Amino acid sequence: MRTNFINSLSNLAVKDKKIFLLCGDLGFSVLEEFIDQFPDRFLNLGVSEQNMSLVASGLAMEGYNVFVYSIGNFPTLRAMEQVRYDICYHNLNVTLVSVGGGYAYGSLGPSHHSTEDFAMLRSLPNMLLGAPADPVEANLITSFFAKRKGPGYIRLNKSGEPKIHKDLSIKELKPGEIIRVIKGEEKVAVLSNSAILGEALSQIKNKSLGYSLYSCPFIGLIDKDQLKKIFNHYERIITFEEHQRSGGFGSYILEEANDLFLDKEIKKFPVLERIAVPDVFQSVSGSQEFLRELSKLELN
Amino acid sequence: MKSVQLAQKVRLKALELCYKKNASHLGGSLSIADVLAVLYSGFLEIDPKDPDNRSRDRLFYGKGHACTALYAVLDECGFLRDYNLVEDFIKDGTFFTAHVSHHLPGIELSTGSLGHALGVACGVSKALKLKGQKNHVFSIVSDGELDEGSTWEALLFASHHKLNNLTIIVDFNKIQSFGNVEDVLNLEPLKSKMDSFGFECLDIDGHNHKEISSSLKYAKSERVKPLVILANTIKGKGVSFMENQLLWHYKSPDKKQYEQAIREIKSKS
Repeated sequence: MRTNFINSLSNLAVKDKKIFLLCGDLGFSVLEEFIDQFPDRFLNLGVSEQNMSLVASGLAMEGYNVFVYSIGNFPTLRAMEQVRYDICYHNLNVTLVSVGGGYAYGSLGPSHHSTEDFAMLRSLPNMLLGAPADPVEANLITSFFAKRKGPGYIRLNKSGEPKIHKDLSIKELKPGEIIRVIKGEEKVAVLSNSAILGEALSQIKNKSLGYSLYSCPFIGLIDKDQLKKIFNHYERIITFEEHQRSGGFGSYILEEANDLFLDKEIKKFPVLERIAVPDVFQSVSGSQEFLRELSKLELN
Repeated sequence: MKSVQLAQKVRLKALELCYKKNASHLGGSLSIADVLAVLYSGFLEIDPKDPDNRSRDRLFYGKGHACTALYAVLDECGFLRDYNLVEDFIKDGTFFTAHVSHHLPGIELSTGSLGHALGVACGVSKALKLKGQKNHVFSIVSDGELDEGSTWEALLFASHHKLNNLTIIVDFNKIQSFGNVEDVLNLEPLKSKMDSFGFECLDIDGHNHKEISSSLKYAKSERVKPLVILANTIKGKGVSFMENQLLWHYKSPDKKQYEQAIREIKSKS
């Protein structure tokens, strides 16, 4: 996924001379593709994420389209106030890109577990979140944020993620677009995003659950018409995420459901089950798969 | 207008704003008034009628709490001609918040949280150099801001990237929010710190217009290293009972104090 991101960004940067890449002393054997082609549009800020957000803001104020690459919580939670006050309040063209979403760096411990990012970032005005599920979506999301004005966040997993969309006809994502991955025979829909969506797909198939699966690569600006159709069609909705239960993707869908219901856009309140990390730190070492199991991210 | 006269007008207006609107942070506004007055007397090249012009010099004002001084100098220099500063200041629904707002003409960045302006100024300085633009970037930081780790991250960046189009002015009034800098979190020896970080550092009297002028003239000359101007100032400068008093970080003057302060400021022209 990270390779797809950097390849996409490099391709876009050929035409868009304003694209600029910053990193916080991370990205070895990933970012070289960009650095070699555009050495004048790359800076390694060192291990200084607060300043990285500030410098990104300054570059964006002067017209650059800035991407900030780092791991997990570092470009986000570590520099949260700079992200809020400088990038978001001034509505600048800065996209934060975190590799290692969820438990992608599971064995590295809680410092590297990124399981609060959605909650923290989605509360910020002007900020839009992107959480691609596979390499195909990673390409589409990168292209989307490169063209969009304003602050963004892209949660990437790591590398080697399976391709979920084998024959996706979409060439360009619309803001808030929902993509159907599989249509099942049951009246149950799973909404998910980021790399855990691959896990949802496997579980649905392996357990023969017969559920439909939808990818929601955006948190924010969700396509309300698509969401309404899903709420109206299915008897049970499950949100499935590699993030804490509080404030994450499931909370977001629940809030949208509530607003649609209050606005009389949907007639009945959907039965909505949130599967998420149960608001705990996972202190033990473990692979991504192990920590997902420990967090009981299971479809039944 | 001469810079000394401008400084007097800035002080009087900052005082008026704090008195009439019961606002705080007058001490820090009075300490930076002279630096601002000299900057806006020709060194900061920016057209009040076209404040967003790309070829302007940029000022990043880190001590957003000392808003009354910046609003006052912008008003005196014609940036706020579409507003009535004294009436609009911290009035419901205006952009004149008690920390400077980028929604107003001539203000690059909203500040109020410390340790932001210098890093953004670094990004802008770097961008201007990459684009080959010759405009200068000034960043005014308070001494309290030098407690912030983000300020030191930015200092490392400015030095590493040899941002010789950047001038950092420290309003070193030596009193921060809850006490003397040396008692709260000592910064000294500040000049040697800056020297060792790779800056050229000028140690000046931040109320002496000749010294401020010559340091700003040097700032805009061809240089190799980024520059720090350590402006040694007095919190509450110009009003005897406010000088070096922590109280005036918070307090706004009553009628009697206001009238006495006006007399003292006017007597020093």
